[in-house]
Amino acid sequence: MLQFVFRRITQVIPILLGVTLVTFALVQIMPGSIADMLVPPSAPQSLKDEINRIYGLDRSLFEQYFLWLGQLLTGNLGVSLVSSRPVAGELFAAMLNTLQITLISAVIGFGLGILFGAISALNAGKWPDRLFTFVSIAGVSVPHYWLAILMVTIFSVQFNLLPAQGMGPAGFPTTWEQWRPMIMPIFTLSLIPMGVVGRLVRASVLEVLSQEFVQALGAKGLRDRQVRMHVAKNAAPAVLAVMGLQFGYLLGGSILVETVFNWPGTGKLLNQAIFTNDMPIIQATVLVLSIMFVLVNLAVDVAQAAIDPRMRR
Amino acid sequence: MNELSPIQVEEVVRTPRPSQRMWRRLKRDKVSLGAMVVLGLIVFMAMFAPWIAPDPYTGSALARLKPIGTPDHWLGTDEIGRDMWARLAHGARLSLISGTLPVAVALLIGGGLGVLAGYRGGLVNTLIMRTMDVFYAFPAVLLAIAVCAVIGTGITSTLIALTIVFIPSLVRVTETVTTRVRNMDYIEAARASGVSDFEIIIHQVLPNIVGTVLVYAAGLASLSIILAAGLSFLGLGMPPPNAEWGQMLNSLRQSIYIQPWLAALPGLMIFITSVCFNLISDGLRSAIDVKDNG
Repeated sequence: MLQFVFRRITQVIPILLGVTLVTFALVQIMPGSIADMLVPPSAPQSLKDEINRIYGLDRSLFEQYFLWLGQLLTGNLGVSLVSSRPVAGELFAAMLNTLQITLISAVIGFGLGILFGAISALNAGKWPDRLFTFVSIAGVSVPHYWLAILMVTIFSVQFNLLPAQGMGPAGFPTTWEQWRPMIMPIFTLSLIPMGVVGRLVRASVLEVLSQEFVQALGAKGLRDRQVRMHVAKNAAPAVLAVMGLQFGYLLGGSILVETVFNWPGTGKLLNQAIFTNDMPIIQATVLVLSIMFVLVNLAVDVAQAAIDPRMRR
Repeated sequence: MNELSPIQVEEVVRTPRPSQRMWRRLKRDKVSLGAMVVLGLIVFMAMFAPWIAPDPYTGSALARLKPIGTPDHWLGTDEIGRDMWARLAHGARLSLISGTLPVAVALLIGGGLGVLAGYRGGLVNTLIMRTMDVFYAFPAVLLAIAVCAVIGTGITSTLIALTIVFIPSLVRVTETVTTRVRNMDYIEAARASGVSDFEIIIHQVLPNIVGTVLVYAAGLASLSIILAAGLSFLGLGMPPPNAEWGQMLNSLRQSIYIQPWLAALPGLMIFITSVCFNLISDGLRSAIDVKDNG
């Protein structure tokens, strides 16, 4: 097992390097230079040269990449061109806010998805299955930013029950004042993973149930609950893999939902940075979110291998 | 070996081709059929928008934000008095294009790379698949937004961004099924009888992988519609005054305190279209699934 974990980690390193390379390239493709951002076009060329020198833009791309990578490894993500504050600090604060809603949405979405998917599969063809199939199709097809707007329309505009946007007092959410603004973003975000995970749980459970060993377990005299444990264990790896991917989509998808609810997370940060051309923020946000995505999927691989020894190969 | 009697030969000849069987099953599937009809209506609306709906660009300042059901404007008017029905019908054009074109282009590029990687194997496979792993490491929405942010706003960048986002997953799916097919005995037999790789791919590999890949692509089309409209919603897609569902949603969002339900309309269209693609994808999947008989 340890050997497997070690091997997976060595496989992830080139991917992470590739991610840094792509993020670095993104900024190179971007039109406009930092000097154009910071000073008016009429500024003397000597000033622009000075800025280019400070940002290391007078060096070769090769040097620039490795300098940037070196900085990354020490936790230095650069300085925002707009606020002149270190990107790492701003990103960290935004990340905490994003994780606050995405983690809870993931737990709720995955939990309900597993529950409904399993109920659906065990009652295949009956009304709970039909109802859930309907809900999950809607869940995977709904544009969540639209759902967010609908919720604001219903719960904020029509009934004035929940705040339309913003975030409660900062800090770990313990009070109602902190939870109240989170209800709608969390509901919106959890619907998609619920649909996707639920559909997959249903399909994998049906698949496992159709295999012969399940009948053998029953014939061996195992109780229903024990049989279900075996079924769950066999269906788990595929479901785990999709959960990892879904968590990544949540991180990305929250960008749109955060925009609707004006939630001060990475999505809002990224959105603002795009419209102010704040390249260091765009670069760092894309990079950090993607690295998180890779690491989550690494954790999923390890968890899969822990459940199913065949995956250790 | 037994000799085949004439009757048995007859039976063998009559076995329908997989595509015919798939189509026959799909026709019996009421849900997929319904989805295809609805999608057909939306495509019809998009194609004939200039003839069945008024001009989507002119509005009257006196008729701003009229509710749904207003005479002359049965779906109301938007924040600058333009007819909502006209904008929804015309918006279907850009939305459908941005939902299907990236998937089609990604299908050609990604499918090609996937077949190449799966059929060749070895170093080519490693090279292609490891490169795709890097792009797969980015969450889809994030990659689309990042690419749009870099190459600028507009329909072209939306299409390019979404194509880039869909290629890696299509390569993966195609590579997996191609690898499976490649190791089949009939491919071995074809190769042994001296058929060129190109012919094997065209006549043996493609017919056997096209179903699975299409099911996946139909599901992606659903995602593409949502993402394309999402990019416009963020202000990264079509600039105003063009009619596009995501961008309409964005501009009507400012007016939900005055006309709450108007903003729901463009989103509803995105939702319906996306549901249709997902249902068709599901229908195709069970139609090509050899396990259940029919």
